Amino acid sequence: MSSTTYLITSDKESPAGWKFFLSELKPRGKWFTPFNIISIPIIIVGLVLIVYRFWNGLGSVSNVNQEIPWGLWKGFNVVTGVAFAGGAYVLTFIVYILKVDKYHSIVRVTVLNGFLAYMFYAGALVLDLGKPWNIFNPIIGNNFGANSVLFLVAWHFMLYIVAQLVEFSPAIAEWLGSRRIHKILSGMTIGAVIFGITLSTLHQSGLGALFLMAKEKIHPLWYNEFIPILFLVSSVFAGLSMVIFEGSISQRVFADKINKKDKEARKGIVNTLSKICAFAMFAYLFMQLLVFIHGQHYNLLNTKMGYWYLLEMVGFVIFPMALYFRSYLTSNINLSRIAAIITIVGIILNRLNVSIIAFRWDAAVRYVPSWMEVVVSITIILIQIWIFRWVISRMPVLNEPPKWAINGH
Amino acid sequence: MSLNRRDFFKTIGITGMTIIGVNASGSNSSADEKTEFHGILFDSFACVGCQSCELACAETHGLPAPEDEIKSGVLRKTSEKQRCAVNSYSTPQGDIFVRNQCMHCNEPACAAACLTQAMYKTKEGPVIWRENKCMGCRYCMISCPFDVPKFDYSSTNPKIQKCDMCYDRIIKGEQPVCVETCGVALFYGARRELIAEARKRIAENPGVYVDKIYGESVAGGTGYLYLSPVQHNEIGFNTTLQNSSYPALTKGFLYSVPSVFVLVPTLLLGIHEATKSNKSKQIKDEDYE
Repeated sequence: MSSTTYLITSDKESPAGWKFFLSELKPRGKWFTPFNIISIPIIIVGLVLIVYRFWNGLGSVSNVNQEIPWGLWKGFNVVTGVAFAGGAYVLTFIVYILKVDKYHSIVRVTVLNGFLAYMFYAGALVLDLGKPWNIFNPIIGNNFGANSVLFLVAWHFMLYIVAQLVEFSPAIAEWLGSRRIHKILSGMTIGAVIFGITLSTLHQSGLGALFLMAKEKIHPLWYNEFIPILFLVSSVFAGLSMVIFEGSISQRVFADKINKKDKEARKGIVNTLSKICAFAMFAYLFMQLLVFIHGQHYNLLNTKMGYWYLLEMVGFVIFPMALYFRSYLTSNINLSRIAAIITIVGIILNRLNVSIIAFRWDAAVRYVPSWMEVVVSITIILIQIWIFRWVISRMPVLNEPPKWAINGH
Repeated sequence: MSLNRRDFFKTIGITGMTIIGVNASGSNSSADEKTEFHGILFDSFACVGCQSCELACAETHGLPAPEDEIKSGVLRKTSEKQRCAVNSYSTPQGDIFVRNQCMHCNEPACAAACLTQAMYKTKEGPVIWRENKCMGCRYCMISCPFDVPKFDYSSTNPKIQKCDMCYDRIIKGEQPVCVETCGVALFYGARRELIAEARKRIAENPGVYVDKIYGESVAGGTGYLYLSPVQHNEIGFNTTLQNSSYPALTKGFLYSVPSVFVLVPTLLLGIHEATKSNKSKQIKDEDYE
């Protein structure tokens, strides 16, 4: 722990109540950055569209129809986004359960990312609900649809948000300088981690299980009874690819936050994460192959949807897997990043295939998202990045915690 | 003209009811006895496509009356403004009319999907939608193999529209309004008795009906049962649907949840204890400040 990083937080150890909060709310840094110039107009348009959506009904903004009732907000923000938030449970498992200290420097930022992702995807869900004021029905009251997969996913979503908040809370305590609370919260970490990993395995697979009843509606190349397991396994490398991708950006944007030791460790971290990704993708590919052989849909390969399926499997699973293997063997960090980006595209493709593209692929009217849906989807992600940036520049996430807190770990 | 026709159907309807032994007013008096699933039998050979059931349905449920006429080759669909739709299909046996609406499955996928029990299979048989519980997630629409639930996308307080077999009439001991209006092709009764009646019709008129009842086994059995003079795929039925129940598809996943909840934390705790090094123990034992 170098004394320079200690200095950043030292002035916050005695906060003066509201004054402290108000000063923290103020933006820091330059306003006219390329990111701000692009994101602010999109967010403004997006917020207007959200108001418009509640004013005029879902159909005024979204192109979803009677046959394809789930569109971009559910298929992309919820089903796809949650897969990318999978990095949090994988890394907490490695750091807190397996106690591999090497990854300690990136676990906080990953948990923060996961937490914000879940918060905002829950928000996307609310936008998509026809009667959002009834959202608490499955939680309170006598309306437990306990035999519903969605009931399970909703509860796990909510509980996991709490678990992630507990996992991240020591950083908030350090920011506020409350040592007493920090001690209590740190003691809860391992419990939250174990609970969180269990919840993750269930709702990552649960998101796949949502589509089990749509047996004849999803193209046979994508529908199979193993969707839950495929979703769970792919969330491992989806999450880690996001960690690699996000890390390569924050390393540049928040370069002043990361100390020299962590910067040097990054390369090794990315390298071993690449290895984990490569092997997880191999397991996933093997399962996909088993499912394909088991399904006996060889004849479907020579159709339009068949080519699409092959593109997903070869171009976005086998190819990035090979890149990951190669990047690991040659310790090429840039190759890892390229592999991560291709994997991320592949996961988006896979989740959208199951939830939208191969869903009622035979429908007369195809669902194509409206520009307004796309803007709102992007708005949700941009606001999430804004808050992420706000937290990073205030709380000890990338930089080291204050000296008094380190002894507690 | 149509009024006369309707009256004509009504008189035949009384005969129809006596055939299958259903007493409309008496169905509620035996409430103490074990209630069994009730359903509707549709005889497509008898239907003439007069659309009076559509009109009666719209009127009863406060929906706009359907204005389009039935034409062979044009598929009319149910919508957020229409709970049932009759279509005509040209077959070697002549034009055949088929009514489309909620099938009222014995084990409905929509009800299993619903996380608030807004979609609900009543003990009397109808699958109903309860507005005050629904949060509008549309998972029922994803799950329903027949694409029945329809969502009002243009509303700020949207409803799910689908046939509820006139549940409020049934619990009062009345018949569903379509059955009452029709009387020639639609019959209401206990599902068991309807199947017996359908079998009887098939046996007595071997040249008229194919020896299949659509709804007897599809999707685990449905409350709506169809008699047809031609194979079911010729009159717009989806014959690729599975015969076992749809909620059973998620059973394996849901059953694994309790075991995951016991096994995974135990395993994680075990690994956590095993990987605890002396160093981390020391730090924990150290005084905090």
